[in-house]
Amino acid sequence: MLPFTVYVLLFLGLPLYVVVHGSLTTDSNQLTWHNFSQSFTQPQYGTAFEHSLILSAWTALVGAIFGTWLAAAVVAGKPGGLLRRTVSSASGVLAYFAGVPLAFAFIATLGRAPGGVVTGWLQDVGIDLYAHGFNISSMFGVGLAYVYFQIPMMVILITPALEGLRPQWREAAESLGASRLGYLRHVAIPVMTPAFVGALLILFGNAFSAYATALALVGQTIPLVPAEINAAISGNVLVSSDRIALTLGVEMIAIVLIIMVGYGLVARRARRWLG
Amino acid sequence: MSKQFRRLVPGAAAAAAVATVALAVPAGSGAATDWSKATSAKAGGGFGALVAEAKKEGALNVIALPHNWANYGVELSTFKKLYPGIKITEINPSGSSADEITAIKQGKGRSTAPDVVDVGQSFTTPDITALFAPYKVQTWSAIPANAKDPKGLWFNDYGGYISFGCDMTVLKVCPTTWAQLKDPQYKNDVSLNGAIGQAAAATAAVYAAAVNNGGSAANVQPGIDFFNALKSNGNLNATDCNSAAVVEKHQCPILINWDYLNTVSAWGLPAKFKNQWKVVDPKGTAFGSYYVQAISKSAPHPAAARLWEEFLYSTQGQNIWLQGGARPVELPALVKAGKHDKKAYAALPKVAGTPVLPTASQSTAAGTKIAAAFPA
Repeated sequence: MLPFTVYVLLFLGLPLYVVVHGSLTTDSNQLTWHNFSQSFTQPQYGTAFEHSLILSAWTALVGAIFGTWLAAAVVAGKPGGLLRRTVSSASGVLAYFAGVPLAFAFIATLGRAPGGVVTGWLQDVGIDLYAHGFNISSMFGVGLAYVYFQIPMMVILITPALEGLRPQWREAAESLGASRLGYLRHVAIPVMTPAFVGALLILFGNAFSAYATALALVGQTIPLVPAEINAAISGNVLVSSDRIALTLGVEMIAIVLIIMVGYGLVARRARRWLG
Repeated sequence: MSKQFRRLVPGAAAAAAVATVALAVPAGSGAATDWSKATSAKAGGGFGALVAEAKKEGALNVIALPHNWANYGVELSTFKKLYPGIKITEINPSGSSADEITAIKQGKGRSTAPDVVDVGQSFTTPDITALFAPYKVQTWSAIPANAKDPKGLWFNDYGGYISFGCDMTVLKVCPTTWAQLKDPQYKNDVSLNGAIGQAAAATAAVYAAAVNNGGSAANVQPGIDFFNALKSNGNLNATDCNSAAVVEKHQCPILINWDYLNTVSAWGLPAKFKNQWKVVDPKGTAFGSYYVQAISKSAPHPAAARLWEEFLYSTQGQNIWLQGGARPVELPALVKAGKHDKKAYAALPKVAGTPVLPTASQSTAAGTKIAAAFPA
């Protein structure tokens, strides 16, 4: 237990202390609320949180729905079959394919022609994406890139829960006269809901903290909280305002904390049936 | 690529000739000089003594010097050839100015801390210059008076003007004026190498737009309005173009950047771009900026740090920058003396009229205002 405690204190406790302490003090180490009041009164930070929350929410939801769909299809297939093995290993890789490489991959496929390969092909067959308002360097484009790693992440998270649905339950329901829909409505969905919500929350956190992809795609014309933190720490124009960065960090931690508490609660429920 | 901007009036070289010659207490004969306190080669016992001591230190730590940036790769290799005994460690080559300052602060007392920095002009505020050691290179008088700190805490090194880099695979016509950027044919074409208010050149682009739309060095509002107009008519491209790979994929048709950083070789673009990439300094008022050299007060290799500066400000060092398409700070003096690289000088993009080169305080004020107008 001791090594673990030391490890946690050193790599989690200490950074947390530095961040919280820094956000509450001035350069001369005096206690202040100034950083927090700045983060609430300056409009750009509010906008950044709004954008971050909206982006995380919709990419998590889309990722969760399609991810569950894909996972359900895979689980229904033969265990150990080619489809199953392919999807699970692909998910394992793609779930962590993020950051600048992902942004570049999207630019190379869906960027404006002649750079974007798919854009170019579509243009050749008469569909001009960009003329119809599509732009990879937009909030929608960033969300699309996020969904690319959210879906495989969901597959990884939800597959064990889907596998936990025992065939006996279905047989029991059917022998009691339940239709396929009835089984889904009264057995499968209620059992799966906590696991689904839990995974949804993790996807939300996943998108909430991602930033390199967005930064590469849209520079900072679309404000997201991690991008604001980056701007506050590492600019070439203004001398850094690192205490604002620390404050935004604390606020992000608070949001993630709420998510993790929610996750803890639903995970406990999920274990009741699927543990 | 990284960093930031600044001033200098090329014609001011004459005024600079009157610049004070700092003569600190000459080193006591025989006693070893503390080079970390030496404010000039002479004050430390002469250039020969400086070279000897630098060789004894045997190392130099530089930070945030990308090799394709203003020909720094050649500066470094030439220095290595001249002083083979001095081992150069290049820290975080793609770092930003802010990273450089952080490295000085955090590296204090360590042998791995940066000895010298090359930062944006706005990094010359008193709280930052407190980290620098005053030093005057031997060619101090050739640096225009408004391009250096009177005490020698910092001095400009090289600079350039804001230009348009045009990807002619995408564009039919390369724009030559600021007003043309608003043309509907350039929808989603106008690109920057980073976020306004954060990346130096992107911020300078707004500043340059200001001076070309009725503003001035002290009034950047017209530039803010100009870019807001580009944003609302859809001509501004949000892609972060600070990457050769993205530029190579034709995502940045009109790329606004410093002229010496906007070339095919500075970007490191493939050879085929030579025929399809064009750099123009837009008509109207040119907008320029110079970078700043400074020696860290806590430099682990104080003599090597000073020798590096002496090298950069030698005719050879200045001409290497010139060969990279940048304008070295001593260029007016070099031209006057006829010691400049004629070919490289002729290849510089032509600039019409009197360029605007904001002062340190103007660029800080403008940077603050621009950053606030375009929140991250």
